[in-house]
Amino acid sequence: MSAAERLVYTGIYLVLISIAVVCVFPFLYALSVSFTSASEVTRRGIVLIPEHITLSAYYEILGSSLISNAYKVSLFVTVAGTFLNIFFTMITAYPLARKALPGRQVILLYIIFTMMFSGGMIPHYLLVKELGLLDSVWALIVPGLISAFNLIIMKGFFEQLPEAIDESARIDGAGEVRILMSIVLPLSMPIIATVGLFYAVGHWNSFFDAILYIQDANKYPVQLVLRNILLGATAINNENLPEVNDAVNPISIQMATVMVTTLPILFVYPFLQKHFTKGVLLGSIKG
Amino acid sequence: MNTTTLRQSRKSSTLIQTSLYRLIRVLKKNLPLYLFLVPGIIYFTLFKYVPMSGIVIAFKQFNLIDGIWNSPWVGFGNFIRFFEGVYFWQIMGNTLVISFYKLIFAFPAPIILALMLNEVRIAWFKRMIQTVTYLPHFISWVIIYGLLIVFMAPGDGLINGILKEWDLPAISFLTEPSMIRTLLVTTDIWQSAGWGAIIYLAALAGVDPSLYEAAVVDGASKWRQLWHITLPGIRTVIMLMLILRLSHILDVGFDQVFMMSNALNRENSDIIDTWVYRVGLQELQFGIATAVGMFKSIIGFALVLGANQLAKRFDGQIW
Repeated sequence: MSAAERLVYTGIYLVLISIAVVCVFPFLYALSVSFTSASEVTRRGIVLIPEHITLSAYYEILGSSLISNAYKVSLFVTVAGTFLNIFFTMITAYPLARKALPGRQVILLYIIFTMMFSGGMIPHYLLVKELGLLDSVWALIVPGLISAFNLIIMKGFFEQLPEAIDESARIDGAGEVRILMSIVLPLSMPIIATVGLFYAVGHWNSFFDAILYIQDANKYPVQLVLRNILLGATAINNENLPEVNDAVNPISIQMATVMVTTLPILFVYPFLQKHFTKGVLLGSIKG
Repeated sequence: MNTTTLRQSRKSSTLIQTSLYRLIRVLKKNLPLYLFLVPGIIYFTLFKYVPMSGIVIAFKQFNLIDGIWNSPWVGFGNFIRFFEGVYFWQIMGNTLVISFYKLIFAFPAPIILALMLNEVRIAWFKRMIQTVTYLPHFISWVIIYGLLIVFMAPGDGLINGILKEWDLPAISFLTEPSMIRTLLVTTDIWQSAGWGAIIYLAALAGVDPSLYEAAVVDGASKWRQLWHITLPGIRTVIMLMLILRLSHILDVGFDQVFMMSNALNRENSDIIDTWVYRVGLQELQFGIATAVGMFKSIIGFALVLGANQLAKRFDGQIW
């Protein structure tokens, strides 16, 4: 390797390290701010690492019913929503993966067309309203029950399964439900994990559907509550909390909420990374 | 003459019978599979096709009391009102300009990152960088906005804190119209570059290593290898991603813009989608908002079809 090339390689490593720092630093700084007390900010000005870690911002938000309620809503929507998503995506993808099924192409086209053309925001809102789903957590689940994109990824996976397996099961007299449940399902765990995580992250991170469909503040998901706190539209008023002598900075409360909202994603991140990478390659060019 | 017609009709009636019989047999044989499809078809019909028919609202002066069917028709009135309105050029301009900036700056970012990662020979280092750069992809725009606040808020944000330390005037990054587009593009890169690199890394892994060996034997430098082997090797993928990107030129990223735009920076950040939301669901002008949404859907549809035609030439379809 020549000296010039060595220099280029050193440069590449340095740039990559800085990129990694840029990706992680905002989280670390937000974490640090969430631990910093108001008095320390007054005393020191800029605080990168607090001298005293205070948890008062966390007491403040976790004690308020606003956040705990929102957490429950988000957990319900994510868990129940993802379960239903996977179930309906699977039973739709399974027949469509059978190349011999008459009418398969037409149904597939019927579904793919919805990826390319949509009625837009207003008709969707009016439909949910007509169905009486406004102000119901189901409005955050049912309208997105099956994603055409995930459906195609799953169909692609089913198509790759060896046909000989379910053929022999059919000769043994197993019905389609049996084949799906006891043969295809166990073989499909990798794709179920991938698609399930796609759906779950989508549910956890979504906030706009709640803006559209939910008026009742008790049914807000965490992202929406966080949004309101960040925009200063909602203040955490925690009457249950004993008087603390050190006031909490509003920005510490905001960052504590950011942290609490990010935590579940960080928690499942090792799984996410593993399965998502597969998913993005499966779904990228060809379905 | 008569007999031939009769014979023909008898023939066709038996034809119908046999085809009907065949249809029933096919249905019967595959009944469980078709039953599996029923909920899915109902879902797509109700939640995708029914709203598509709702675009009749675009041709009506819609009000909630009369409902979709009883509101008065206005023909293309809503469209004309939109095209002639003062906001038309503003929101079209913002949509296209922001999209164009993202194309120029955010599209190449994952390619460059992938090329750099591809040169890394230390496996754990490569894996570490990948793990860290994928992370922002899973973070919602609400949280990203929160992270912006901690750096850029006018009062207690880090950057303004430093400026204050140096006796410099504070900058209101989040409300200043001239800042918003830069913020949209940089946060987009921050969120998606690492993730976007995955597909290019996969393409890079598929480049035949013997080509590099031959190049080394011929005395080609690293730069020449990059130019003559690596880039041509992933050209198809780059082209496909570019075409895909171009077909979504009107999709600027609704969640992001919705989260980051506000009344103060709106002149430079209001895009078609945010406008539709504000005018339709906040000001309750359903007719014109639906018309604008439909206008966007139709252009988007044409672009996707065009993109697929184009992609076929690069030996690959988008779907």
